[in-house]
Amino acid sequence: MSAVLQQPAEVLAPTRGRVANFFIRLFREKPLGAAGLVIFVLFLLCGAFADLLAPYGMNQISMSNRLKPPSARFWLGTDHLGRDMLSRMLYGAQLSVIIAFAAATLATVISVVVGIVTGYLGGRVDMTTQRLVDAWMSFPELIILIVVVSVLGPGMVQVIFVLGLTFGIGGSRIVRGAVVSVRENMYVHAAQSMGAGTPRILLQHILPNILPPVIVLFTTRVGAVILVESGLSFLGFGVPPPAPTWGGMLSGSGRTYMYLAPWLALMPGLAITIVVYAINILGDALRDLLDPRMRGSR
Amino acid sequence: MRAYMIRRLLALLPTLFFASVIVFATVRMIPGDIIDLMISQNDISAGKTDRAQLERVLGLDQPIYIQYFRWVGGIVLRGDFGSSLWQEQSVIAEIGARLPTTFQLGFMALFVALVVAVPIGVWSAIRQDTWGDYLGRSFSILMLAVPGFWMGTMVMVFPSIWWGISPAVKFVPFFEDPVANMLQLAIPAVILGTSLSAITMRMTRTMMLEVLRQDYIRTAWAKGMNERTMVVRHALRNALIPVVTLIGLQAPILIGGTVIMEQIFVIPGMGLMLLEAVSRRDYPVITGVFLIVGVAVVLINLIVDLSYGLLDPKVRYR
Repeated sequence: MSAVLQQPAEVLAPTRGRVANFFIRLFREKPLGAAGLVIFVLFLLCGAFADLLAPYGMNQISMSNRLKPPSARFWLGTDHLGRDMLSRMLYGAQLSVIIAFAAATLATVISVVVGIVTGYLGGRVDMTTQRLVDAWMSFPELIILIVVVSVLGPGMVQVIFVLGLTFGIGGSRIVRGAVVSVRENMYVHAAQSMGAGTPRILLQHILPNILPPVIVLFTTRVGAVILVESGLSFLGFGVPPPAPTWGGMLSGSGRTYMYLAPWLALMPGLAITIVVYAINILGDALRDLLDPRMRGSR
Repeated sequence: MRAYMIRRLLALLPTLFFASVIVFATVRMIPGDIIDLMISQNDISAGKTDRAQLERVLGLDQPIYIQYFRWVGGIVLRGDFGSSLWQEQSVIAEIGARLPTTFQLGFMALFVALVVAVPIGVWSAIRQDTWGDYLGRSFSILMLAVPGFWMGTMVMVFPSIWWGISPAVKFVPFFEDPVANMLQLAIPAVILGTSLSAITMRMTRTMMLEVLRQDYIRTAWAKGMNERTMVVRHALRNALIPVVTLIGLQAPILIGGTVIMEQIFVIPGMGLMLLEAVSRRDYPVITGVFLIVGVAVVLINLIVDLSYGLLDPKVRYR
């Protein structure tokens, strides 16, 4: 009850109206961010409907059409096995969508759980956890990933798990910071004095109030995962071939034939850049709209 | 200052302890069948192919906590990281040979990052919401999105196709020919530096905007001080302090980036050493590089924290 009383009237409006309002604001006040959203949604659709959109199979080999430059028949050309690049790019988008969403979701859940518990409880648990987070953040993500993949072997599950864990632990700092600033609010003290249990306070009072930074965190994580995953695939530690990951396409045929067929190396990198750029400008816009305190930070 | 330094050093111990546990736990996840795999692939030099012997070399025949204390004890007391399973060379000697190159690349990239980021960040702030500002900010967000390995590949491909120029493949050590060495590292350093500059530029801009709103800046304007003096002498010096912290925070990103650049441009640094070790499953080397990277980042952050006192006289350590 007390939480409801503390919140501004706007928050009490029906959820659907709030979401619609938010998008109207996004398109009106942040045209660049809205453009980012459009590109991001297109990327999601490409991934979701890759099977329908792709003119050829992702591993459909055609030896008579090896290393063909972009043409009306093969919009983005073909690789050294005559596989259509457009189809592989679309299936690559599918892999990126799956990995990015799975890893970013896992990361956000870890960040929220660790951040809420340590931020709210404080004390020794917090101290110890923060030192562990310090230690973890001293390792570059890419190096943790390389080492873990060297131990567990390459594969999509490993990549998702390690990316989720790495980004999750790093992001717990941001969630913890938000929790610390929220936990001293009157409605939290009111709930405590009314005898609400810790789980109830965390779920009913803290969590809804830290959602804005969490949404921003999730968005930026999707972009970060795509970027790091592509780097990992480039080094040969991602999802193993013949899976058409964007990073893997760049390192495999892309680099071997880069002088003969530069489009093989050009396209995947361009795709990564455009998608990550779109997500970043969307993330910036969301940050400005949802969480003015975090403006300009990263 | 001395009390602060001592306290800061003591606070380092738990972080280093956890870092060593992370390294140890990660590499000890080696499933048993990897050992079989190593034997069957004959991954290991002759004479160690016996299973029990291999386990002993990897130290897997002891209880886990003894393994940990042995390993940490060896490093702390004797600087002993074990030796490579392949070459009969101690890991620490190999790291010692490779580390300077990675550091050099890292410093050059950092230099590029600051040279790009600070002027653009300052310009963006003093000309807020002009075309120059938008251009600078768009550039910085774009640089965050461009994968370094792609830029590296493009830099190798297109000059070669258009003008027939390709970068030298053979690495020239610094002490053999400093000029050739610097030129060789310049391209990867510029690529790495521009992508790093994005975050620094944003931070510089934000801090400059904050400082420019301060009373003493208004006073300086009121005195009729010219813009250049004010920006350089009054605003920038105060705005740059948080930017220095950012350098510490970016150290892991920088080291991660050097791995990719070393791979693309075949630079024999720590990153390439790690990749080679991984392809050979040379676990003592992997563990050593992993730990050294973590410790390096922790120490860089320590230096950054301590340099705060030199940059900002306001910070009198409690």
